Amino acid sequence: MNEQRKGTTVLITDANIAAPDDFYEALLHMHGDLTEAQSALVNARLILLLANHIGDMAVLRDAMQAARAGVTGMPVEARHA
Amino acid sequence: MTATAAFTHPVYPYRRPPELDGTARHCGVMVVGAGPVGLTAAIDLAQRGIPVLVLDDDDTVSAGSRAICYAKRTLEILDRLGCGEAVASKGVGWSVGKVYHGDRLAYQFDLLPEAGHRRPAFVNLQQYYLEACLVQRAQVLAPAELRWRHRVVGVTQTADRAVVRVATPDGEYDLSCDWLVVCDGARSPVRHMLQLDTEGQVFHDRFLIADIRMSSDFPAERRFWFDPPFHPNQSVLLHRQPDDVWRVDFQLGWDADPDEEKKPERILPRLHAMLGPDASFELEWASVYTFQCRRMQKFRAGRVLFAGDAAHLVSPFGARGANSGVQDADNLAWKLDLVLRGLAPARLLDTYDTERVVAADDNIRNSTRSTDFITPKSAVSRLFRDAVLGLAREFPFARRLVNSGRLSVPTVLLDSPLNTPDHDSFAGAMVPGTPAADAPVTGPRGAWLLDHLGGGFVLLVMGGGVGHDDASALAGDAIPCQVVQVGGSAAGALADIAGLLTARYDAAPGTCYLFRPDQHVCARWRAFALPQVRAAIATACAIEQV
Repeated sequence: MNEQRKGTTVLITDANIAAPDDFYEALLHMHGDLTEAQSALVNARLILLLANHIGDMAVLRDAMQAARAGVTGMPVEARHA
Repeated sequence: MTATAAFTHPVYPYRRPPELDGTARHCGVMVVGAGPVGLTAAIDLAQRGIPVLVLDDDDTVSAGSRAICYAKRTLEILDRLGCGEAVASKGVGWSVGKVYHGDRLAYQFDLLPEAGHRRPAFVNLQQYYLEACLVQRAQVLAPAELRWRHRVVGVTQTADRAVVRVATPDGEYDLSCDWLVVCDGARSPVRHMLQLDTEGQVFHDRFLIADIRMSSDFPAERRFWFDPPFHPNQSVLLHRQPDDVWRVDFQLGWDADPDEEKKPERILPRLHAMLGPDASFELEWASVYTFQCRRMQKFRAGRVLFAGDAAHLVSPFGARGANSGVQDADNLAWKLDLVLRGLAPARLLDTYDTERVVAADDNIRNSTRSTDFITPKSAVSRLFRDAVLGLAREFPFARRLVNSGRLSVPTVLLDSPLNTPDHDSFAGAMVPGTPAADAPVTGPRGAWLLDHLGGGFVLLVMGGGVGHDDASALAGDAIPCQVVQVGGSAAGALADIAGLLTARYDAAPGTCYLFRPDQHVCARWRAFALPQVRAAIATACAIEQV
């Protein structure tokens, strides 16, 4: 699939964060003192902010596939083009 | 502000049809349903000189305001049919939409940021005004005959005709026709008679429409609220109509009881919560509705062609119902005309199906997405919706995700078999399959480019380059094509006074654009060649070429 998309960016799945422990700590810290509902909303906002930053629809689709496949073992069902 | 007079519903007289007294009649085209779509089709056909009989089970126009937002493309079609000015001048023009979340403005859009178009992005007008205007127009066209209180009760068809059983106050009779155009609305009795289905999605939500008469200084803009303080957890939509009539649309949820919610004692408190306890208004019309996004698999079934809500249904968010129906009629009428005159094969009518199915899917996709945003179906859908609305207050990117309805724009018929693919290189938006973009001009037929495209094939030529003999040859063909020159000193040439025609069409001297009778681009070249133009016209008419 990646070969078919020459010229576009692919989802980076190798380590790409310089200080992974710092990132992880910051991620948990972001949720500090939040109720479950607030945490869910903060996560949703974070996803939207990051998605806009990435911008590339192909990368976003790959990330959505990867996120879902690890939970259900199934890809996102094919939608109309 | 003084209140203007309310609309008075006309009563169109029933006349005993001659067929009940033994006169047999066969029509080229019959139209079922004198709503906006059926009347548009009938006027278009009648303007082309095709006799057309319209059957309607009622004797007046739409009871309520119903479809109220007419898009720019619809107004341009109505211009071609002689009704555009009446509709645009009576209607309330608008192009700004405001979206509120809670009590705060989340997002604002302008649908027509560009000058140099005759018509605004939208006008709001009660459907009954549009219908009355269309009826008035149809009545002065000799080939059109409107029959009121004529209800279709049966339809059969053979390979070469459709036969319709019609019930009148004086009894029943049969009429036969070459082609039956069915525009009898969302419940489409004719579709049921032919046992044809629609496929798609039903949304589990209910909405209350209330038309109120009120003097107010609210500007003419579309206002949409998510979760406003006066109607928590639901959405509300406000539109201004002529005659001091305002449309308010309250989301109620699936559990609402439609009969209860229609009662004034339920509606008035909702309106007072919104407009203030002392607001003074009169309730004109109310209705509770659910909606569906679905369509027929094919819009042509032998001799029967379906248009408008009879063929496809969308949610009201985006004003894609009546607007797409009028565009169906615009697509169909010229094709029926050519087929009835024996100038094009019947398979041209199959392209009505292929082209308008693409448009219906476009409308359904947009309207489904809006509905998913407005009426979230799951907790996570609601979560993302609320996250978007929250972010939209701070960050521009999120405003683009707010979806309170993506408002009707015409579908580009990019993959239509009637297009001649480009061989020359062009920049800009006017690819084959695109409805003509308007531009201010001076010319013999008016101040706008669209005035000069008329209702037949037109070859627009920049800066001369087509000789008198070639222009005469094209005008004299069986399927005539008028050559319209832009610039130069030829008689009847247009002047591109603002340079917008040149800019919008990426035109250079010699550039030619071929427009279909429904004003869509179907071919273009950087230089004129008579055989190419004739071949492209044949392609646009589904005529096989050797």
